[in-house]
Amino acid sequence: MPDQNQNRRRSHGWMGIHRGHQARPLEWLAEKFIFLVSLSAILMVLLIFLFVAREALPVFLGQTNTALVQKPIPPDDLDKHSPAELQAYLELSPAQFAKMEKSTLRTLLEVKVEAQDEIPENFRKDPDAQANTTEWKYLLHPHQWSGYDHPESIWQPVGQIKKFNIVPLLVGTLKVTLIGLLFAVPLAVGAAIYVSQLARPRVREIAKPTIELLSGIPSVVVGVFALLVMASVLQGIFHYQTRLNAFVAGIALGFAVIPVIFSIAEDALTSVPRAYTQGALALGASRWQTAWQIVLPAALPGVFAATVLGFGRAIGETMIVLMVCSASVMSWSVFDSARSITTTIAAEMAEAVNGGPHYRILFMLGALLFAATFISNMIGDFVIHRFKNKLEGKR
Amino acid sequence: MNAQTTNARTETRHFRAEKFDFWSFFFSGLTGMATLFILGILATILLNIVINGWSAISWHFVSTIPKKDFFDANTTGVLPMIVGTAFRVIVMTIFVIPVGVITAIYLTEYAANTSLNTRIIRAAVNNLAGVPSIVFGLFGLGFFINFVGKNMDRGISNFGPSLDNILQKYLHIHLHLSASDSSPVWGQPALIWASLTLAVMTLPVVIVATEESLKAIPTGLREASLALGATKLETILKIVLPQALPGIMTGGILAVSRAAGEVAPILFTGVAYYMASLPGHLSDQFMDLGYHIFVLATQSPNIEQTRPILYATVLVLLMLTFALNIVAILIRARVRKKLRAMG
Amino acid sequence: MAETLTPKLVPKEISAASAPTAAPFIEIEGVSLYYGASRALKNISVHLEEKVVTAFIGPSGCGKSTLLRCLNRMNDLIDGVRIEGSIKIGGHDIYAKDVDVIELRKRVGMVFQKSNPFPKSIYENVAYGLRLHGVKAKSDLDTRIEESLQQAALWEEVKDRLHSSALGLSGGQQQRLCIARAIAIKPEVILMDEPASALDPIATARIEDLILDLKKYFTIVIVTHNMQQAARISDHTAFFYIGELVEFASTTKIFTNPAQKRTEDYVSGRFG
Repeated sequence: MPDQNQNRRRSHGWMGIHRGHQARPLEWLAEKFIFLVSLSAILMVLLIFLFVAREALPVFLGQTNTALVQKPIPPDDLDKHSPAELQAYLELSPAQFAKMEKSTLRTLLEVKVEAQDEIPENFRKDPDAQANTTEWKYLLHPHQWSGYDHPESIWQPVGQIKKFNIVPLLVGTLKVTLIGLLFAVPLAVGAAIYVSQLARPRVREIAKPTIELLSGIPSVVVGVFALLVMASVLQGIFHYQTRLNAFVAGIALGFAVIPVIFSIAEDALTSVPRAYTQGALALGASRWQTAWQIVLPAALPGVFAATVLGFGRAIGETMIVLMVCSASVMSWSVFDSARSITTTIAAEMAEAVNGGPHYRILFMLGALLFAATFISNMIGDFVIHRFKNKLEGKR
Repeated sequence: MNAQTTNARTETRHFRAEKFDFWSFFFSGLTGMATLFILGILATILLNIVINGWSAISWHFVSTIPKKDFFDANTTGVLPMIVGTAFRVIVMTIFVIPVGVITAIYLTEYAANTSLNTRIIRAAVNNLAGVPSIVFGLFGLGFFINFVGKNMDRGISNFGPSLDNILQKYLHIHLHLSASDSSPVWGQPALIWASLTLAVMTLPVVIVATEESLKAIPTGLREASLALGATKLETILKIVLPQALPGIMTGGILAVSRAAGEVAPILFTGVAYYMASLPGHLSDQFMDLGYHIFVLATQSPNIEQTRPILYATVLVLLMLTFALNIVAILIRARVRKKLRAMG
Repeated sequence: MAETLTPKLVPKEISAASAPTAAPFIEIEGVSLYYGASRALKNISVHLEEKVVTAFIGPSGCGKSTLLRCLNRMNDLIDGVRIEGSIKIGGHDIYAKDVDVIELRKRVGMVFQKSNPFPKSIYENVAYGLRLHGVKAKSDLDTRIEESLQQAALWEEVKDRLHSSALGLSGGQQQRLCIARAIAIKPEVILMDEPASALDPIATARIEDLILDLKKYFTIVIVTHNMQQAARISDHTAFFYIGELVEFASTTKIFTNPAQKRTEDYVSGRFG
């Protein structure tokens, strides 16, 4: 008579070797190994979050300082300041700081003083030169920089006074993404309805994989096409000034997103039970009435999820926007240039000093992007999951 | 009875044909046009590239290592880019296939479908699939280069010399482990880090494809094997995996074709603007087709002159990824057919 | 382990089909089985004899297949299954803690309802089980494979194409291949879960002949839907109804003079 414990342990997993693992240590080891490896996906998500956030952390903690003119610490006052103060002043990591000898610190302080002396006179008087532009108020709110007549949001990470206002980037990202979605969603959903509900089987068999082939085109290639061909064609139609602008980038982005939305929406539409459609057709509804009044409402959560997942894909797309438009102008106009978050990271990481404020802020943007796509993916997956369960009659 | 039905049917047909259903026409037309438009875009992109690229592509072009000024259409070539792309993709495959396949095995063969483990792993896989490629690039830089690589360098410079001594003393091997004292070897962009970053990125592709092929294997085969007294591991290795091989290959090919065209993840993790020689070591940087396209398109001093070589490079990349995609689709179709034949 | 197996496997002349009074080989005592909360088998006790064909009959859903799968613990594979009671085979409690399921399945072979040859060659199908259990030498493999294919009455049909795919065989041949595969590793018991239900009458007849042949060497438990089949091939019959064992007796008695009204109704075709 087996005891209860054994029974319970046996009751999950198909044929776990819960018994006799002493007799078969290899089998047992293999099972544990397979389990451990399978955790790698979880580990990777955690590591991505951890290491992107780690590099961005000093921005959140206010440990970065970009003030051009700082109150210098004279090398002779080395002992008067706490290690923490010195570390922040010299922009060193704790590990670096711990390894330094006093003489090295002294040299660094001297270098710093010399650097301060070399700042041109006209900057020294500028009030902005004393500002730490990585503070949140400079990152998020418009600021009246000296030489400007009114407060502005400016992203200008190079130069004597570095301006890190991320609002233009957010606006640019939203602008491009929304144009892309406005273009892609109607097309992709329309095509999904046609292919899944109205088209003849033969047409369906050809159209579906062909549209999905679009996702096989690398985004640099779409970028090249947008840059060389589409930009001119669109300019010819709409007669706007800047040839490369958010509009072109958005449409090109749409190309990249169409297969994603199409695939998920088509899947959702197809998974609406045939009993629904046949019921409607039996009542004398035409095919399009069935599609419009029965299938589409039933599949609406799936179509919504497709849009959300498409948004996640669009907001994270890099190369297309990078190639088509790049200037970071604060403007809501569709026909102005725009610079998205992804573009900014891709274009500027190479010139950012490893570990410097610019580098940290780029990582912070990356963390922001990660969070945005994480949330949109969660929502999309959740909606799809519920939709499928509902169709299968599960709770 | 029979006559009546026939009658009713003809009547309906007659009725339908009489009344022109405007909305039906409009709606089908609209959605049909959306479909046509998308197919049109695809065709335009492909035709544009093939027509413009075909005239510029030549054997010389694919087999030449270019000089520093690779914008010159007459002397340039893309050999190092092809080699670099192939190299990084191969190294990626070596990492991603085992991990992806083992994860899929756990999900289909070991874990109960509703258990917490499975749900968390699935959620992680879904999320990984949705992470923007540029974030993978940041991850590669922050984790592989600045954390793993730098610590490897530190470890080698700390323990390398003594390890070297020991090896030399007892095994008579000299690895020159201390040579990296001055400049970083691993703590900088390198092929291995680009490949690993891509491996993390394509992990979901391999997992999903393998899972699909494992699920398609009839339970009867597993039961037959187990009933003969095979252990679970023996069943997986001897019965399940051989059957799933085409599916695993499809997953691998899809991952490769996805990775081959990606540029954002390798921007900070290993790609080089120009290198005079082919990459020969895992710690080397490399040139890359996709990145080269980006460079040609955006940094050329004279875009009109670079246009032919730009198109030719795009065509090379496209042929590579499309060939891989088509092979994957063919394998998948053959497997599906075989499965259907088996009932 | 080979030592423990051999004595039982020496083919000996079987005594005439005995009434269920001789020494039991498989002892099922008070077995109940639960799928989650629902109880699929209710307190079943039955003793099966060695080298005898026992048929489990009953309407679908009566638990006969479930009980069969308890005998080589294939139910372990299903989520949320819980078993109470004890099953002894040859005096060993197969649900005891120290039992190795792998070893058990080696001694208790199984043939499934739907023939499930591996997508390998005919030769490899039979060789698979043998290799698992340590037969490595080519000559040994060859003899054992020929032996079991002959026992399964398949040898004459396939000896010229041993290395072609098993999937090219007909349904009946595939099922006999599965039987050959099962007997190749010389189990003591063979469980058959409606082995002929998907076959045409001629193929079914061949399988039935084969079963009558095999009972000289093996203890056979067969689940069947087909009452004529049970009457033709089995020595003892157990009739199940909604998870309960209604009656267990010699086949002749069950089909001519059952003790229970429900059995009589079922075997005479009044329900089920």
